[in-house]
Amino acid sequence: MRYFLNRVGFLLLSLWAAMTLNFILPRLMPGDPAEAMLAKQAGNVNPQALAAIKQQLGLTNGPMIAQYWEYLSNLVRGHWGDSFQYFPTSVTSIISNSLPWTIVLLGVVTIIAVVLGTFIGILIAWRRGGTADNVIPMVTMFGQSIPSFWLGLILIYFFGFVHHWFPMAHGASDSLTPGFNNPYVLSVIYHSLLPGFVVFAGSISGWIIGMRNNMMMTLGEDYVVFAEAKGVSPRRLIFSYAARNALLPQLTSMAIALSTIIGGQILIEQVFSYPGIGYGLTNAVASEDYPLIQGMFLIIAVTALVINFIVDMLYGRLDPRVRRRGAAA
Amino acid sequence: MSQNLITEEEVAPVKGTTVRSKRGKGKIAAFLRNPKSAVGCYLFLFFVLIAVFAPLIAPYNPQYTGFAMVAGPSRAHLFGTTSLGQDVFSQFVWGARTTMIVGIGAGLLSTLIAILIGVTAGYLGGVTDLILNMITNIFLVMPGLALLIIIESYVNNSTPYVNGLIIGFTGWAWGARVMRSMAMTISTRDYIAAARLSGSSTLRIILAEIVPNMMSVIASNIMYTCLSAILAESGLAFLGFESMSSTSWGMMLYWSSSNGAMLDGAWWWFIPPGLGIAFLGLSFALMNFGVDEITNPRLRTSRKDKRVKQLLKEIQERRAREYEQQPTGTGS
Repeated sequence: MRYFLNRVGFLLLSLWAAMTLNFILPRLMPGDPAEAMLAKQAGNVNPQALAAIKQQLGLTNGPMIAQYWEYLSNLVRGHWGDSFQYFPTSVTSIISNSLPWTIVLLGVVTIIAVVLGTFIGILIAWRRGGTADNVIPMVTMFGQSIPSFWLGLILIYFFGFVHHWFPMAHGASDSLTPGFNNPYVLSVIYHSLLPGFVVFAGSISGWIIGMRNNMMMTLGEDYVVFAEAKGVSPRRLIFSYAARNALLPQLTSMAIALSTIIGGQILIEQVFSYPGIGYGLTNAVASEDYPLIQGMFLIIAVTALVINFIVDMLYGRLDPRVRRRGAAA
Repeated sequence: MSQNLITEEEVAPVKGTTVRSKRGKGKIAAFLRNPKSAVGCYLFLFFVLIAVFAPLIAPYNPQYTGFAMVAGPSRAHLFGTTSLGQDVFSQFVWGARTTMIVGIGAGLLSTLIAILIGVTAGYLGGVTDLILNMITNIFLVMPGLALLIIIESYVNNSTPYVNGLIIGFTGWAWGARVMRSMAMTISTRDYIAAARLSGSSTLRIILAEIVPNMMSVIASNIMYTCLSAILAESGLAFLGFESMSSTSWGMMLYWSSSNGAMLDGAWWWFIPPGLGIAFLGLSFALMNFGVDEITNPRLRTSRKDKRVKQLLKEIQERRAREYEQQPTGTGS
């Protein structure tokens, strides 16, 4: 219970930090770009919209504390303001349109990468020093060093432009009506294969190497050597003795992997014009749509923080020591 | 009993390779003997040479636009030209310089911050640790690239060096976490207590007693942060968050993508910068892997181990043969 409260506390604290960062950043910059942007657009936008945007950005006159308070209470109540670019549309509705794309692609690919990467890591650690153990980490390391967006460009060029095997952009075919009908779902899956593969290629290496190294550590432990001497079958030895304990550190590395995976996904969505949050963020930045930028950043941060929270809870379930120790982060 | 002892001359073939000389040669030799880190090291040196001698290697000014447009590789233009008529090879060479300065600079900066925050938190403990650790954890779970993008959206047209600074100031969290736990372990050692009793200041203990004893963690962290800084910088540049007049690998990719190099089939334009980033990144990853293997003997699976096993097997077989050949009743 104490562990649970601790993690909830951290989740709330980090959410607050993300919101505050979002509030402080525009105000730290010299000359307040948001204000400059408003001045530039003043002629094109109706006064009502301008007032609404000003309020969303917290640019109403008044002391900083009051602005901050208004900003926070607006966020919590779900008033994330209206997009500048697509004016009457609210930021929240744009976000709710693009969030599923990101979450599904991210979720499915990450789960496949974790499961497959962990499994490969276990196998090559068991046959350590073998051909697979020498080759696979090298190949995946190279794969990890390749900028994901560049790999995306190459794949688009080769499979989309040269061979026309895969679509070059977008999340689904434009000619189909969105919904849960067969052609649309198939089109979505078809469009997600290339970007999905790129996200996968960028993240699997970490899981393989991490699991391999963890396995090497546990395989050297006395209890494993003893079990081997006792005549425990290799299969049981690998999965029930060594891999079980090697799995835990894999979860810890989730925190850092998550940040990289989401970053990679932002770039990949941009490359494939995939209609997710990352594409939305870069588009909003390109058109200086500050309410949307802030909303997109917040939702990305919230996604990362919530997934991290879930992983933490999982960790607590799997490792009772963590639960009892409580405070240790 | 003496039969079971292995004589000196029997192990001679692999001696010197298995008994690792701890004195004298030191860690740098071990670093270069490990095949992975050696390859990484030479690859890295190759890029360093390109970056240092960029003015001598690059045949043209990377921004000069007077050549034939979108021409494939030829003797005059090794990597062809861009759609603005710039020489891709010259851009690649100068881009190596920018990318490496930014990547390594940002990597060193964030490692420095990681050391300061992590070691201070780990050594001092208490409230300091609580606060610093909280900040570290928040930075750790915050999605890095999204944070960079939103910062960049307020800083217009930043130069690559400004980008490097921003990357350095946001990418230290993982290192700080590792260094904190390392410092916590070290500060329970006797020699730290001795230093404290002899009246050393906190700063002195941190700099002279703790930091030198976690050099391998620091080295590994530098490689890791340089790798991620290079990727982050090229990503930012690719998204267009870099001054349009700068020459870096990420900028080359930005221009090639926004000018439709993919649609023109101008592969010579977007392949070199990407491969440059990939190989530079690989060199850091390899060196990092090597450092891991050297400092953590359990990860080591070099061929020498196989040779030792092979030799032991041969000796055993020879012994068995000799034992069989021995006349049985020697005593009587």
